[in-house]
Amino acid sequence: MMERMRLAGFGGQGIMFLGKVLAHAGMLGNKHVTWIPSYGPEMRGGTANCSVIISDVEIGEPVASRPDILVAMNEVSLRKFQPVVRPGGIIFVNSSLISGVPMRDDVTVVTVPVNDLARSAGVPGAINMVMLGAMLPYLKGVDRHLIEEAVRENVPASRQHMLDGNLAAVAVGVDAAHVPA
Amino acid sequence: MQKLLVKGNEAISEAAIQAGCKLFFGYPITPSNEIIEYMARRLPEVGGHMVQAESEVSSIYMLLGAAGAGERCMTGTSGCGFSLMQEGMSFLAAYELPVVIVDVARLGPALGNLDPSQGDYFQWTRGGGHGDYYNFVLAPSGVQEAADLMGLAFDLADQYRMPAVVAMDGVLGQMMEPVTFRQTDTAHLPPKTWAARGKKGGPKHDVVGYILDPVKAERSDIQRAARYDQIRATEQRWEEIALDDADLVVVSFGTAGRVARAAVREARQQGIKVGLIRPITLWPFPTNPIATALTQNAKGFMVAEMNMGQMVEDVRLAVNGRAPVYLHRNMGGSMPTTEELVARIRTLAGEVSVHA
Repeated sequence: MMERMRLAGFGGQGIMFLGKVLAHAGMLGNKHVTWIPSYGPEMRGGTANCSVIISDVEIGEPVASRPDILVAMNEVSLRKFQPVVRPGGIIFVNSSLISGVPMRDDVTVVTVPVNDLARSAGVPGAINMVMLGAMLPYLKGVDRHLIEEAVRENVPASRQHMLDGNLAAVAVGVDAAHVPA
Repeated sequence: MQKLLVKGNEAISEAAIQAGCKLFFGYPITPSNEIIEYMARRLPEVGGHMVQAESEVSSIYMLLGAAGAGERCMTGTSGCGFSLMQEGMSFLAAYELPVVIVDVARLGPALGNLDPSQGDYFQWTRGGGHGDYYNFVLAPSGVQEAADLMGLAFDLADQYRMPAVVAMDGVLGQMMEPVTFRQTDTAHLPPKTWAARGKKGGPKHDVVGYILDPVKAERSDIQRAARYDQIRATEQRWEEIALDDADLVVVSFGTAGRVARAAVREARQQGIKVGLIRPITLWPFPTNPIATALTQNAKGFMVAEMNMGQMVEDVRLAVNGRAPVYLHRNMGGSMPTTEELVARIRTLAGEVSVHA
């Protein structure tokens, strides 16, 4: 089992945090994991993206340059990374912000209106956690228990009031994922 | 021991502190900045100090002063910052002072960019500054190994009284991987009887780096050369996989080395007789496993590195014409993929078997 993921969106959509929670959950499950941010000048404006790999075996290539899983939180990210997803992979699309982009037919496409779902649930800032919940049924390397534990460990003590909102957002995503897209 | 998910830059910083490093002198430059940030936050908690100098030229000489006083101290930098430190590193070699210098390489030459590169190999392994000297060079291939090598870097620097360079790249510095910090014994560090900490009624200690008397200068060089020879004989470190019956031996370090490890395992599963030597010390260069491989089955070597071809020269020196040495290079900040290395391994393994 090796899941190579690319997570991408606008700065402020919580992409880096989403990646950290995934990698942390993998570590809690005793998997090999890597997390790498896009760093340097590319961070200033445009897309924020990070690479996460969760694996049963030692990880050679540290960056998911050809991912099995893509999370696209905005259109520019989808257009940039859709071509490099491996055939048979999964693309999670934030359908609150993306529409009308032609999709490849050799991948599974999961559309999740994360902004709408998060707003309805009263946690508009936690769209990343809604997406995380929606990814869960599709992930092999981590389960809901590990993800929730990782969320708890990654919300700083000074922001404990945000913990409940984040966990609620994960639950919203999990529920949404069971609705056929 | 608790497993933590941390960046390479943070892991080396915490490992350095746990190895007894109390003083850090530096000047910010990406992609090494998490080191100076971490030290600024963490060193005061353990009674240490981070000093941000006005330039790398200044910070390397602050390091010289602190090392001369016998303190465990380090700096971290990248690219042009590392170049600016080379004059001071030459002085550190001459003064025989133990320090640890982390270079999170940028893609050079000139300002370059932040993509991962192994283009500083010559600068790391050939001294880098003026004059006739070497530094220890330790090259991790992951975050755990980076943490593990920091204690060793300080110990080797102290034992042989010379600088140790920890050779990183942007990916190793920025990447998070799980790390367990191993306990290090800093309570029983050997006393630095040579350090200049004030006479206090005792003997005078000279930390001197320039020798004008030609007889003494020659004696000093001969002594340092003997020390380098001893290090070459006893301090080579490497990881090896499946050398015994390997027709083809891949030699690769750092980020490229971890991809090569995966590629060699994949190629073995496909039935290709290939082995791996992953140098952990780039200086002293691990010539021993190359010599051993040649007495076993090796018919050819494939060097995989992220530059135009630098370590390949050390492999060719070690092989000394006894087998062909091929170069697989990734340039411009690109990293090899497992697939591309497996494909090259298959081609070269076929070639060396036919020609042997």
